[in-house]
Amino acid sequence: MTFDLSLPAQLSSALGPDLLLMGGSMLLLLWAGWRPESDEHQRSVGILSMALCIFTMVAVGYYAYTGYTATVGAIAVDNFRWVVDEILLIATLGTIAMSLDYNSREGITPGESHVLILLATSGMMILAAARDLIIVFLGIELMSIAIYVLVGLNRRRERSAEGAIKYFLLGAFSTAFLLYGIALVYGATGATNFSEIAANISKFHLEKSALLMVGVALLLVGFGFKVAAAPFHMWAPDVYEGAPTPITAYMAAAVKAAAFAAFFRLWLEAFPSLLTTWHNSVWWLAALTMVVGNLVALSQRNIKRLLAYSSIAHAGYILVALTVGTKLGSSAFMFYLFAYTMATLGSFAVIVALGNRGEDNMGVEEYAGLWNVRPGLAIAMAVFMLALLGFPIFGGIGFFAKWYVLQAALQAPYPQTRLAVLLVVTSVVSAGYYLYVVMVMFMKPRSAAAVLPARTDGFTRAVVWASAAVILIFGLFPDAIVAVTRRSAPSLSTDTAPQIRATPMPPSVTASRAEVVTLRSDSSLNGR
Amino acid sequence: MNAFLESIGYNSWVLPALLLVPLVGAVLILILPSRAEPANGGVENPVVRQVAFWLFMIEFVVSLGLWWSYNPADNGWQAAIDMAWIPTWGVRFTLGIDGIALMMVLLTTFIMPLAVLGSWTSIRTKVRSYYALLLILTSGMLGVFLARDLFLFYVMWEVMLVPMYFIIGIWGGERRIYASLKFFIYTMLPSLLMLVAIIYLGLHVRSASGAPDFSYDHLLAVSTIPERTALWLFAAFFLAFAVKVPMFPFHTWLPDAHVEAPTAGSVILASIMLKMGTFGFLRFALPLFPGAAMNPTVRMVILVLAVIGIIYGALVAMVQPDFKKLVAYSSVSHLGFVMLGIFALTLQSVQGALMIMINHGISTGALFLLVGMIYERRHTRLIDAYGGIARVVPLFAAMLTFVSLSSIGLPGTNGFVGEFLVLLGAFKTYPVLALIATTGVIFAAAYLLWAIQRILFNPLDKRENTHIPDLNRRELALLVPLVAVIIWLGVYPAPVLRRMEASSQLLITRVQGRADVARVSEAGRP
Repeated sequence: MTFDLSLPAQLSSALGPDLLLMGGSMLLLLWAGWRPESDEHQRSVGILSMALCIFTMVAVGYYAYTGYTATVGAIAVDNFRWVVDEILLIATLGTIAMSLDYNSREGITPGESHVLILLATSGMMILAAARDLIIVFLGIELMSIAIYVLVGLNRRRERSAEGAIKYFLLGAFSTAFLLYGIALVYGATGATNFSEIAANISKFHLEKSALLMVGVALLLVGFGFKVAAAPFHMWAPDVYEGAPTPITAYMAAAVKAAAFAAFFRLWLEAFPSLLTTWHNSVWWLAALTMVVGNLVALSQRNIKRLLAYSSIAHAGYILVALTVGTKLGSSAFMFYLFAYTMATLGSFAVIVALGNRGEDNMGVEEYAGLWNVRPGLAIAMAVFMLALLGFPIFGGIGFFAKWYVLQAALQAPYPQTRLAVLLVVTSVVSAGYYLYVVMVMFMKPRSAAAVLPARTDGFTRAVVWASAAVILIFGLFPDAIVAVTRRSAPSLSTDTAPQIRATPMPPSVTASRAEVVTLRSDSSLNGR
Repeated sequence: MNAFLESIGYNSWVLPALLLVPLVGAVLILILPSRAEPANGGVENPVVRQVAFWLFMIEFVVSLGLWWSYNPADNGWQAAIDMAWIPTWGVRFTLGIDGIALMMVLLTTFIMPLAVLGSWTSIRTKVRSYYALLLILTSGMLGVFLARDLFLFYVMWEVMLVPMYFIIGIWGGERRIYASLKFFIYTMLPSLLMLVAIIYLGLHVRSASGAPDFSYDHLLAVSTIPERTALWLFAAFFLAFAVKVPMFPFHTWLPDAHVEAPTAGSVILASIMLKMGTFGFLRFALPLFPGAAMNPTVRMVILVLAVIGIIYGALVAMVQPDFKKLVAYSSVSHLGFVMLGIFALTLQSVQGALMIMINHGISTGALFLLVGMIYERRHTRLIDAYGGIARVVPLFAAMLTFVSLSSIGLPGTNGFVGEFLVLLGAFKTYPVLALIATTGVIFAAAYLLWAIQRILFNPLDKRENTHIPDLNRRELALLVPLVAVIIWLGVYPAPVLRRMEASSQLLITRVQGRADVARVSEAGRP
């Protein structure tokens, strides 16, 4: 059926899974406050939160399966939203599972922490659905405020508090950019709805409007902060290091996924006719992010900081898919997000498993000779590192993710050959630090003073093995996921090829070549 | 024999079986019970090595049928397999074998059991992981030789990398960490550039036929790649393969990796993995981009680099104090001959290059095994630490002398046939380069004979050398097949040459034919 979003009842049905999650979280919040703080209570709230997560996943799956659509309105009902939702919920599920064990170890007793994660997730799901700048803002705020608290959850640790303050200040700062950008875009186009913005831009020929350009630039800065793209990435390493490890995983996977989803939908649905304008800035953002993330990661000796920079680098790879600006780019983004989420969750789960109380053993060198004492964890971590590196078979799905982005880049209306080459060259640089972790675990002898890591708790172990299994199995047979991502571009996006011919080419591309390739991508997409 | 093979439907299952047997074997080995206490001369879990050896023997026997079932008169794919893999991306799981791949496959399955015997006592810790990695590595290597889909080829190409990285990094020598990382990064960078080129090619075919396609045969059929683009694509493939060969300026990973790797690792690297590079040129770089590869400037540059490699490798080998490093550098020199033969592109020179690929696999593999054996006894590889040990270990001395002579290319051994054919073939198209390359043969005699003299025949003046045990039965058993093959290929190489002839001829006509087409169409353009 098609939801008519102007009717409140149908609007709420269209928001079904989101409302389920929010309402459930409210009830869980009550349950969390019902009993005095204790570790058992924390665990019970956590397990109920995971159950709620799974219910929501089923609901999202049902909505996706029935193939609902909606009239053009403030929120979207399309596969793009459902797939992003599922990825977000997977990340949430993994995070809560890790948090259960982590909180027990660190003596963090408030059960509300799990509910906060759920609330942040509902903000993200709103972001994935948002088709109106106001809704985008709402989603970002709902997500961010919950996460400011989560970062500072371990308030007895200085680092955690520092990270929370830093994230809060810079987050507020970036939100201001975003809000200002929204205001300027509204000023220029007279609309906040994506489709109206797109319509008004072409109706009033605003492609060259200075006000709109500044607005778009400010939006770019705001999103750049949220996804930690260079040069707006400075907060990420400190915050990632300070935050409790499960929350770091959550930020690296889910926050990034949600912000990117909104980024994609906004860019593809609201500003398709500005492609040539924003294209260059995103191009440079992607290039800079890949280079900075990978190069700085090389010198990191703290595993959480290392993965923080690695996540910056991955934001760069995803930006390559955004630069492409086609439906294929969006599919590649989706696939990449899935692969990246699994590898990130897994690697942070290993870190949780190996951490001791207080987390003062986060140096990569602490893992020396891990293979001799915990071979399973070492092999799993190697799989995650190779997946992040984008290596076939051993890194499973990670390779296909990179392949897809490369394919999208080379198949774009104007092929991003240079960006593709930069992507692979920086990937080789990333081998320097991913293999460093592998090398330390497998090739360095275990120091005599090192204590044996405690037995991994059940939930964390489940996250490790589930992620590894998903990575390896889909790494052999990726077709199911490819097929899903193929069908899940933002529903209002068009391939931007027609507009390109009307607007001037970037200097590097000759018109005739672009036309040839355009025809090719058109026919191929019709064939699907 | 053929009737028997047909009766069991050999051709329909042999290629997937070759890839599957090692993988299943690896799982089998990993689930074997581990026994922590070292038994049997300090080797933990001695059952594992026996299981691994027999797994490799099964693999060898399975592959051996190809020798008979392969029809030398047919230059197309044989025993071909075609299955869907990732339909949405147009990626298929297609395997097939031609004369060139046939010999490489047989070489691989022949060397692997010997490599296991060579690791018998030298690998003492983590044996299960070690043999499992060897098995996975075998699958990857065979996959490279058998793949008919560029995507599949790339995946297999990268799959080889990780097991070898761990084999060098965990069981290697003192500088193993540095060597393994260098090996990995050197191979990975150009491979990823090749990946970009492969995607470009796949998308290019898509535009012509409407569906995305990475099939090798379809790529061959398309000849609409613009000349300039073809040059870039060729450069990407060239780099990936040239590093693997290794050609002269890209060879610096080789001495480190070969010297630090455990014996079996060096043997596999030299015997099989170096051939991936030259095989890549023959299978992909030349036929896909004949215009670029036969461009006179490009061709000259590559040939000159090949000749520099021949001379440089030999000269550097001559001054090495470390015998393993000497053998490593000799590979640079030998592979230079292969490149010369390939790019001279006459039937003789290509056939000769293929022969050297096989011979180098046998002879250099045997040399690395011998170095490993003496290292296990004396724990040094320095040539100066030995001297006059022929009197102490006569069997070892005989073997080393014989294998060295074959590596030098003494008539009557396998080494002679290949180098002779390459020089003969290259002389027709590039007489000056062939002439310079001939001196490489002389240098080869110089560095190997000099080393042998210092190790085996000088006066026995060091006390530690007087009580080295001679080769045991296991070591003899693993050297005898190698020696037998050396003699067989030296005396009667015709069966091998006959099986490769149709494929080599096809390659040459394909490359020259398409290069001519490219030239004509280029000239016809305004």
